Amino acid sequence: MALDAMEKTLRPPEIPLKPYPAKVITLASGEKMVVREAKREEVGALLGTLYPLFGVAKDFYDIVAVRMYSEILGWYRYRVANEFVLVGTVDGVIAGIVTSRHVTPKLGMSLHTLTIKRGYRVGAQLFAAKMENHLDILGEDEVYIVAESPNGFKRWMIEYELEDRSSLFPEVRHELGGVPTYVLTRPLWDAVRDVKCTGVRPVSAEDLKSSEKLIMPSEYPQIPGFKR
Amino acid sequence: MANVGIVGIGHTKFGNSSEYDLSDVMAYAATDALEDAHFLARRKEVDQVVVGNMASGLFCHQSAVASALVSRMDMEPVPAELVENGPASGASAIKIGYMAVASGMADIVLVVGGEVMRKVTGWLGTDYVATMLHTDAEYNMGLTLPGFGGMFTRMYMERYGMTERDLALLAVKNHANGAKNKYAHIQAPCTIEAIADGPDASVVNTYVAEPLRMYSTCPVSDGAAALLLVNMDSPKAKDFPKKPIRIAGIASATDTHCVHNRKDPLMLNAVRISAEKAYAMASLKPSDISFAELHDAFSILEFAISEEVGFFERGKSFLAVRKGETNIDGKMPINTSGGLKSKGHPVGATGVSQAVELVRQLRGEAEKGRQVHNPKYGMSVNFGGFGNNVVALICAKE
Repeated sequence: MALDAMEKTLRPPEIPLKPYPAKVITLASGEKMVVREAKREEVGALLGTLYPLFGVAKDFYDIVAVRMYSEILGWYRYRVANEFVLVGTVDGVIAGIVTSRHVTPKLGMSLHTLTIKRGYRVGAQLFAAKMENHLDILGEDEVYIVAESPNGFKRWMIEYELEDRSSLFPEVRHELGGVPTYVLTRPLWDAVRDVKCTGVRPVSAEDLKSSEKLIMPSEYPQIPGFKR
Repeated sequence: MANVGIVGIGHTKFGNSSEYDLSDVMAYAATDALEDAHFLARRKEVDQVVVGNMASGLFCHQSAVASALVSRMDMEPVPAELVENGPASGASAIKIGYMAVASGMADIVLVVGGEVMRKVTGWLGTDYVATMLHTDAEYNMGLTLPGFGGMFTRMYMERYGMTERDLALLAVKNHANGAKNKYAHIQAPCTIEAIADGPDASVVNTYVAEPLRMYSTCPVSDGAAALLLVNMDSPKAKDFPKKPIRIAGIASATDTHCVHNRKDPLMLNAVRISAEKAYAMASLKPSDISFAELHDAFSILEFAISEEVGFFERGKSFLAVRKGETNIDGKMPINTSGGLKSKGHPVGATGVSQAVELVRQLRGEAEKGRQVHNPKYGMSVNFGGFGNNVVALICAKE
């Protein structure tokens, strides 16, 4: 097989995704976090941000960072279908990243949410943005969600009152292994959107510019003493 | 009665210590206090250990923590007793330690308050704390402390005209103080625009128990604090290099267990009575107090307690906060440590932690930016139950 043909057979089929419109959220600190889609050329900064967290076992950062690393690498190298990556930045510095996948026009598959900046509900805001993209922008009916950490379980399963479909395993299963599958349905989203999801659009030119170049964090609260 | 002074203080960084054993966490604070008093090597000369803890049996599945601490500290055969008085356990332990020294029964007493709450989920922790409510009339009806806090806040708002923005102003003040406190659980400032005025505020500052929001509710924290008390009239007092901070007044009071049995649910009688008794013991009045640590498990309590202890007229404290009067450089600085809201609230530790802050301020040892100018008297109020057991403490710089 010719090389180009081989590569073509290895790539997943793609469904064109509507772009996620950027928004800005004022965190409790008063800092502005721009939430926007990551671009392919920014993969280096994203992977470099994740790499130091591989050794942080606390709160399952290691598993989430490693898996997200592979998801973003897979996205960049065309080995994951219809993935999108959203990034939250404060003054350009990456505060958190979320990954997810559009499976069909009706179904989304939430992959991972990773927060670097702690204490300001950055993860909660980015997760909500991810759900907003699935249900309000891409128009899916429901999103499959799993949690790998107790914090994730509390934030998503309990706070969103997600529908537990774990009893339907293996017919209904999230693609991240056999972890019990929970589902955010449109009625559930409609019930919580106003209290979970926020952000102002359009983003001012100044704020957008601050987020134009992704900056890897120089310090991590998860890794005391770390300096980049 | 003998004069009682504080000659050593210790404090862990509040936050998540769930991977540690409770007796280890308390031992860190106790060691810190003994080192501060230059008495670590002589710790077996302590006459009595008193431990304040609310619910180690529930949170950690561990009981008899006072004697466990003594053993952990290699202090046998020093006698040790546990004091449990809900979230006022810490200040109650100080009171019992004070009584032991003042009565002449002991010359040197180590008081330690500690709690490790984050071994269980926040939901379970809230349930455990709620067990202090009346079993049949309150707990079994589904009431929790945040639920009480929300109802109390709503009633106060309707009666006095306080707004949610006023609660947010308090959070901004306390987070600014906590951000400078090396022991605080949440060392993160917040802005009024972000948590009250801006377009994202209702989500960023989400409801916990309406109208209480996240920034008007304390976090769930682990931690410990410790004091070394000494009989200032004993020759042993000369063994301590740091000048003692005198306990000028300490008193407690009890209110009805059921909130609905109170004539007016907004009247915190146990706060008022304990404060009046502490003032009388110290021969002081509210205007003599230089600064205060008040039990703001919910921000509304800082307002209500500051009125009950006589700093402000009833229903007017939020106006003082609007004018910045309770800031570090204000007329009556309140919660200079960041309060429970920012410093955190490991329930059994809180009363002792408040006393540690009084000593740090009176010694002039608070961090830059949150040191009150030349304070003479500091007051703390440790609030248990929903106001049914309260301890007021006044410390004086000699």
